[in-house]
Amino acid sequence: MIKTLLQVIGAGALPVVVPALAWAQDKAKWNLQEPHTEVARQMYDLHTIVLIICLVIFVGVFGMMFYSMYAHRKSIGHKAAHFHENTTVEVIWTVVPFFILIGMAIPATQTVLSMRDASSPDLTIKVTGYQWKWGYEYLKGEGDLSGVSDGIQLYSNLSTPREQIYGKEPKGEHYLLEVDTPLVVPTGKKVRVLITANDVLHAWWVPAFGVKQDAVPGFIRDSWFKVDKPGTYRGQCAELCGKEHGFMPIVVIAMEPAEFSAWAAKNGGGKGAAAASAGGATTAAVKSGAIDGKAAYESVCAMCHTPGIAGAPKTGDKAAWKPRIAQGKEALYNSALHGKNAMPPKGGSTMSDAEVKAAVDYLVAAAK
Amino acid sequence: MSAVIGHDHDHAHGHDHHPSGLMRWVKTTNHKDIGTMYLWFSFVMFLVGGFMAMVIRAELFVPGLQVVNPEVFNQMTTLHGLIMVFGAIMPAFVGFANWLIPMQIGAPDMAFPRMNNWSFWLLPPAATLLVLSLFVPGGAPGVGWTLYAPLSVQQGMGMDLTIFAIHILGMSSIMGSINIVTTILNLRAPGMTLMKMPLFVWTWLITAYLLIAVMPVLAGAVTMVLTDRHFGTHFFNAAGGGDPVLFQHIFWFFGHPEVYIIAIPAFGVVSQVIPAFSRKPLFGYTSMVYAVASIAILSFLVWAHHMYTAGLPTTAQLYYMYATMLIAVPTGVKVFNWVATMWKGSLSFETPMLFALGFLFLFTLGGFTGLVLSVTPVDIQLHDTYYVVAHFHYVMVAGALFSAFAGVYFWLPKWTGHMYNETLGQWHFWLSFIFFNMIFFVQHFLGLAGMPRRIPDYAPQFTDFNMISSIGAFGFGLSQLLFLYIVLKCIKSGEKAPDKPWEGADSLEWTHLPTPAPYHSFETPPVVK
Repeated sequence: MIKTLLQVIGAGALPVVVPALAWAQDKAKWNLQEPHTEVARQMYDLHTIVLIICLVIFVGVFGMMFYSMYAHRKSIGHKAAHFHENTTVEVIWTVVPFFILIGMAIPATQTVLSMRDASSPDLTIKVTGYQWKWGYEYLKGEGDLSGVSDGIQLYSNLSTPREQIYGKEPKGEHYLLEVDTPLVVPTGKKVRVLITANDVLHAWWVPAFGVKQDAVPGFIRDSWFKVDKPGTYRGQCAELCGKEHGFMPIVVIAMEPAEFSAWAAKNGGGKGAAAASAGGATTAAVKSGAIDGKAAYESVCAMCHTPGIAGAPKTGDKAAWKPRIAQGKEALYNSALHGKNAMPPKGGSTMSDAEVKAAVDYLVAAAK
Repeated sequence: MSAVIGHDHDHAHGHDHHPSGLMRWVKTTNHKDIGTMYLWFSFVMFLVGGFMAMVIRAELFVPGLQVVNPEVFNQMTTLHGLIMVFGAIMPAFVGFANWLIPMQIGAPDMAFPRMNNWSFWLLPPAATLLVLSLFVPGGAPGVGWTLYAPLSVQQGMGMDLTIFAIHILGMSSIMGSINIVTTILNLRAPGMTLMKMPLFVWTWLITAYLLIAVMPVLAGAVTMVLTDRHFGTHFFNAAGGGDPVLFQHIFWFFGHPEVYIIAIPAFGVVSQVIPAFSRKPLFGYTSMVYAVASIAILSFLVWAHHMYTAGLPTTAQLYYMYATMLIAVPTGVKVFNWVATMWKGSLSFETPMLFALGFLFLFTLGGFTGLVLSVTPVDIQLHDTYYVVAHFHYVMVAGALFSAFAGVYFWLPKWTGHMYNETLGQWHFWLSFIFFNMIFFVQHFLGLAGMPRRIPDYAPQFTDFNMISSIGAFGFGLSQLLFLYIVLKCIKSGEKAPDKPWEGADSLEWTHLPTPAPYHSFETPPVVK
């Protein structure tokens, strides 16, 4: 219905687009993406209702205008009437729209209420926007799906090769909408996402889920979704975040809960972030993008800790590390996260807390 | 009052003595000269901002990065927005205000002629700063015209130039507004009561109040960005107790009334043109005035509908949805009144009327997509997509710009003493109308299907609509050169215009002044019955 209506205006208002109608094989192109959660379905239907109301009024008002343009032309000798007010019609066209709006506001309010009710989740995932990638952290505690995925950390980067972007290679099927490590969620479970950012505003948007939420640095916002059926769902950052804004897509793979548990176990879920990466032994975790303490160490800490610059204890120097390790891991984490002497917080990097901790674990393991 | 007029009268005999050449324009305090400068300035800015739009559309013609890199792309979107809003559309309507308000209320000139000169001459340096920001290290800000923190705090020194430019533009707008309010309230001819003023004057009275209210708010927002950048404050930094979303609240408290600052004078122009070519008085004059006033008041109460995805409390999302929907009521009243004005009139379709009808048709379409966007859950899907881009271009281009074109064609005879070429004018309308829809109608579909705005590259499924849009954009850009030609031709060699070329026009500039309008409009005030 709605597709037909859209095509009618497409064709009516814009004859130039007529060839485009022929290209429109899939309806995805003409309307909101196919919804895959209850909330997204409500949004879709709400849009359809509002659009139809608008179209009916539009056709009515401009039907009048075009009739007038046809019938009241000077060129056919129409003489102007001289009325210039009519209280009755003016009251009618002020009051009637008001009631139409109330009719639209009622279903919209219901959707807002269900959209915002993120209570009692089955699983909670923290989403962090970075310039320019997404980080995902499966949280412990309330809503942790019996702990199967606790502590899994993923980083999701655009995987489209630069050669495709610069036209040196043909563009792939999911050009710009593909990542190295997608977010994985179970179907049929209420997944709450806690959304934040590391640097500037981003927005986490998956159209099929009806979720778009700004990621605000220093604050946590939430949203939720419950996916109907397994599949791969794609979205993009929706808030301008700098030069690579167009290149930080979101890919979510939804799988059956049993399959999800198996995926989580394979990726070190349920044991905490540190265990997942200690010594860099869990290759599955490394492959899937879970935290690798060694890599984190090498990218940041090694600069000072390998040569022992600025009083930094050398890596693997058992004597230097012994008193430090004796203070307990929490103290070491604390120094690494917040800085100590010449060492800036997180070594001056933008690593996540979990990455810093994993790097500390790696350093400790190396000095034992 | 009479002393002032007497003074003007003395000068009237010395028309040839005002400075000529460049100094005439630098030193002028005449409302017509200043109006002309505003209009030409805005046209130049329209071409500069339009060139940036061409760069954007060229990059988006096909997927991949071909024309510019992402940094430059972001700078283009930012400057295109700022230049079009502050450099093109707003000065265009201030130009109309300068030319028309004294003539329509029976005044000799604006109330503060020297301040008038100064408020114009602030604009070129501000525009220069904006354009200059492209050439400093780091380039112009790549943050979008909304200048959201913290991204704007991260930018290079181009951002500082932009902030300074906005300060200057704001001062210019505030001075212009004070001048307009004072002129309208104090210099009306005897008998010209408020409720007898042409609707164009009413719309500017209300717009000027909006400007005075919100330009300082914008200045505050950008100053806070400036101090966050350089002076160690943390207004928008959570680590220092600030909040990035605070910027959005302040910006949109300015930004939403700003939308109406642009739209309301456009309503005013259309409310002059449609009755003139319908040969019938404006339907529901009183309700038009009340509708404009209530739109202006509501515009202060709906700002957070630009922030549905920012994480507002649920109750706030609901309140802003209801308040925003409410704007549809007075806006609907205006549209119904315009159609009722045409109803049983004696219609003819010269270029000003065509642009006014183009305005009516397309602005209403933009109003309906605005209604769609006011519904919070629908906006969650459409926020920051091309649907929004389509929506506000329907309001800004087909709304404000078409209305400005209608106004230029309508008043050109009075301004220049010459008629424009009607055939070319109609060509200009039809080319603009078709290409405009080519650019922006398809963008609704892009947004619905999920193409975010402000991206330099996109997934291949969006290709065909982007191509249509880009081709439309190049066509629209070229069509505007035709407009330039029509105006120049009219000034240089147009046919001589009669005092009242439009049969249905009834405001003072048509009924009481010769064509072209004399340098000083009314040396003795007319008496309005």
